[in-house]
Amino acid sequence: MERRDYIIRKLFMAVLTLAVVVVVDFYLFRVLPGDPVRAVIGRNVRISREAQENLRVQFGLDKPLHEQFFATLGQWAQGNLGISWSLRQPVSEVLLAKLLNSLLLVILGQTFSIVLGIALGLFAGWKRKTAVDVGALAFSLTMWATPTFWLGIILLVAGSSWLGLPTGGTLSPQNINKPLWEVWPDLALHLILPTLTFTIVYLGEYMLIMRSSVLEVLSEDYILTAKAKGMTHWQVLRRHALKNAMLPIVTLVALNLGFTVAGAIYIETVFSYDGLGKLFQTALEKQDFPLLQGAFLLLAVSVITANFIADVVYSYLDPRVKAT
Amino acid sequence: MSERWLLFKRSAGEFWNTFRRNRPGLLGAFLLLTALALAVFAPVLAGRDPSETIRDADGRPFTFASPAEHAPLGTDDAGHDIWAQLVYGARISLAVGFLAGFLSMFIGSLLGILAGYFGGWTDTLLMRLTDILLVIPDVPLMLILVASVRQLNLGISPLVIMIGVIGLLYWTSTARLIRSQVLTLKERQFVARARAIGAGHGHIILKHIIPQVLPLIVANTVLIVSTAILVESGLAFLGLGDPTQPSWGTMINFAFSRSAISNGAWWFYLPPGLAIVWVSLGCVLLGNVLEEILNPRLTAHHLEGDEKMVARQEAPSAEASSASSHL
Amino acid sequence: MISDSTPLLSVRGLHTDFIGLDGTVAHALEDVSFDVHPGETLGLVGESGCGKSTTLFSLMRLLPSAGRITGGQVLFDGTDLLALTDREMREFRWKEMAMVFQSAMNALNPVYTVGHQIREAILLHLPVDKAAADKRVEELLDLVGIAKSRKEQYPHQYSGGMRQRAMIAMALACQPRLLFADEPTTALDVMVQAQVLELLKQIQKELGLALVLVTHDLGVVAEACDTVVVMYGGKVAEYGSVDRVYNAPQHPYTQRLLEAFPDLNAPSEKLASIPGAPPRLNKLPPGCRFEPRCHKKIAVCATVAPKLMDVSQLDSAITPANGQSLAGNSEISPLHAVRVMPHLAACHLCAEPGERAV
Repeated sequence: MERRDYIIRKLFMAVLTLAVVVVVDFYLFRVLPGDPVRAVIGRNVRISREAQENLRVQFGLDKPLHEQFFATLGQWAQGNLGISWSLRQPVSEVLLAKLLNSLLLVILGQTFSIVLGIALGLFAGWKRKTAVDVGALAFSLTMWATPTFWLGIILLVAGSSWLGLPTGGTLSPQNINKPLWEVWPDLALHLILPTLTFTIVYLGEYMLIMRSSVLEVLSEDYILTAKAKGMTHWQVLRRHALKNAMLPIVTLVALNLGFTVAGAIYIETVFSYDGLGKLFQTALEKQDFPLLQGAFLLLAVSVITANFIADVVYSYLDPRVKAT
Repeated sequence: MSERWLLFKRSAGEFWNTFRRNRPGLLGAFLLLTALALAVFAPVLAGRDPSETIRDADGRPFTFASPAEHAPLGTDDAGHDIWAQLVYGARISLAVGFLAGFLSMFIGSLLGILAGYFGGWTDTLLMRLTDILLVIPDVPLMLILVASVRQLNLGISPLVIMIGVIGLLYWTSTARLIRSQVLTLKERQFVARARAIGAGHGHIILKHIIPQVLPLIVANTVLIVSTAILVESGLAFLGLGDPTQPSWGTMINFAFSRSAISNGAWWFYLPPGLAIVWVSLGCVLLGNVLEEILNPRLTAHHLEGDEKMVARQEAPSAEASSASSHL
Repeated sequence: MISDSTPLLSVRGLHTDFIGLDGTVAHALEDVSFDVHPGETLGLVGESGCGKSTTLFSLMRLLPSAGRITGGQVLFDGTDLLALTDREMREFRWKEMAMVFQSAMNALNPVYTVGHQIREAILLHLPVDKAAADKRVEELLDLVGIAKSRKEQYPHQYSGGMRQRAMIAMALACQPRLLFADEPTTALDVMVQAQVLELLKQIQKELGLALVLVTHDLGVVAEACDTVVVMYGGKVAEYGSVDRVYNAPQHPYTQRLLEAFPDLNAPSEKLASIPGAPPRLNKLPPGCRFEPRCHKKIAVCATVAPKLMDVSQLDSAITPANGQSLAGNSEISPLHAVRVMPHLAACHLCAEPGERAV
């Protein structure tokens, strides 16, 4: 019962947030300066007033704002996110293609960083103040202080000059548009450095959280009870400490999953990796509003969804959740 | 008044003593102070104007000169001295970072105090707001906001826009932290007592709440500042900085987009990044230290120290205990 | 009951130190000695910080990282517990001696069901399969008066008293011969206190356990215990059967403790209290630790620490100030019928005039 109420409340919040995001997304781009018609035509092209007006009507820009909002809302609900001005393709198509690329990078990177981060954090918290702990702490703190994009640049230089890894892109030029099953080794090669950057950046964060979580958990009374029952340290860790210590990580992971699709902007820029982040950056430069709007919506939706999933998973792991 | 001053002096003294002994904290302070010194004494340390073109023996702009050829840090693609850029860049990076951090901290503390103190609708509203804000992807939102404000051509410096945007988006963690602290304080009943004797809200907040959350605010500010510095560098890297007043992030943007990488000019992109790490690490170490002092975890956990538990010299004989003969 | 006079647990000269962060040493326990016989209930009584819980943790070897057992001998059925390796001790724990902690909210892991945690204890030490263990869990819950259906519930769904009873059930999982209970009734309200005490007594009778009860409540000791160890400042002040100690206390501290115990029959009398504060364990006085607060001190008390000595011959000489017997149970424990319990106290006043240290 408690759990169901909890999930319902979280669902409500997710929907509410989504509504806010949708409204913000729409109005933000409508009040943004820059004439959308101009952006389509190009700055220096002369065009008659009449032609301009026709274009405006065509884009539905002559109607009152709130009418436009509901019209757009209807379109979005059907999955129609408009046409990209710069790419002349349906936004949803463009987004989907790039989303898959981004997801690949994010999921790989997150998996590695989670597994390594949890393992390292567990060990560091258990063997506090030993060389492993101090080393891991120093590493994590330094990584926290390191800008993602700069780390990417360094790894790019090191990887390409010392290991001959590709200097950017998702695929080598000759392999674009070939089917995936044919070119996946090439893709894998291109993924190594971005994924490594990704992993290192998030590894530190997970390690720190896990470590402090472990320290807190290991000071709880039930650990003493477990010890008193005659368990070895390792048994205590594995059975009683691990599950309890991982709870904060679950929430963090899911939140990160959503965010990193957006945050991968830096990595994708440095490595010219063809994902959502790079798309967003390009769309911003070109002032391609439908694309920007759609991309922003997608990014926000992914974060909201990831957040909600995290809440649900958490409610199954921790029996203490309450509805309020 | 004087009693409170004495109390303050004493706790400040204790604080200083604990701080002095903590090595990471001292390291952090050192890192931060040197960076600040770099920024403050920039003109003296740089030796030249960063936009001055260094020329080689033939009079041509000495582009991509290595540190061996032109001390101490070589030149960029237009022949400008990188050391000078770095030193002046400190001013920009630190200024934007600190100002954005303070703005963030101010908004967060204010909202946190109000939400925690007044509770009820104020609190719920704030919590929902932070929940929503937390979920919106930060980098895309900032990109859009900065780009759109710039387009308005209001004549605001890009740096000021960045300060505003960062400050307006990163206050949530501070707000939550301060709010929960205020809630704990409220439970200590002195708020109820003060109200009972007729003290006004403002008075209570100013005289009772703020002095007690101040240490927490200070500790949190340091961390928020380092976040702001990192965020600024990221935005600058993506091109949102002011090219005429390059911060460290802008420098890396220049390096990246002006083929420093393909030219092997590591002196262009390495130093600014190192500088960012230097400052951020300093802030983080300092911030962690302050947190450690405020929330000490001095006790060991249950899985530590078991090997040393039995430290008996040798198995005792039965006469060892005074009671043995009687039992 | 039993007629065996060999002690099950024999503590001799237990010394435990705590090392502070700055290296200072606090002598938490010094020369602690007592015996526990099969079926006996021993009360360990004293003010906060006198070392009662530390004694339990030392015996189970569960001290925090700052704790060091620096001397003494702990014989459990002939085995010196302090000489065991970590591994041997682990096998010992819970199977021979088990402990019931204070009913803290978090003494049970909140993310596992209560049944799971009890079963875990069983499976750790007994060679049974899961189904048999489950059955045993139900038996145990039944024994402590918790509905079997509750074994699938989580600790936060239990009330304070229930949690305490669940902890007792868990402690009995492997049928230990000795049970330590650390302030089992302190965190509970009065009604529940009585229930838990009653339960402990009943279980002890049924299973023939030895029980060591740590408490600061003299009333609990009077009601539930056969023997009592009065501790002060990390040392044993007095030790003997409850009957003798309550009716003829020899140590001034015990005397004052008993006087401070409110008498229901004379409610208008002022409550006595002991002025002063317990000693700081890292700055101990050279002589008797109670000397600063003692109302009967003599010169030697400040310089020489008294050893535990037999005071049984003095029993008839002194009675408590209000002349009432405070020992609650009028029924004399069979132990007394079979064996002469020692009565020891660590006070210079108890020594024969000729033997007194100068």
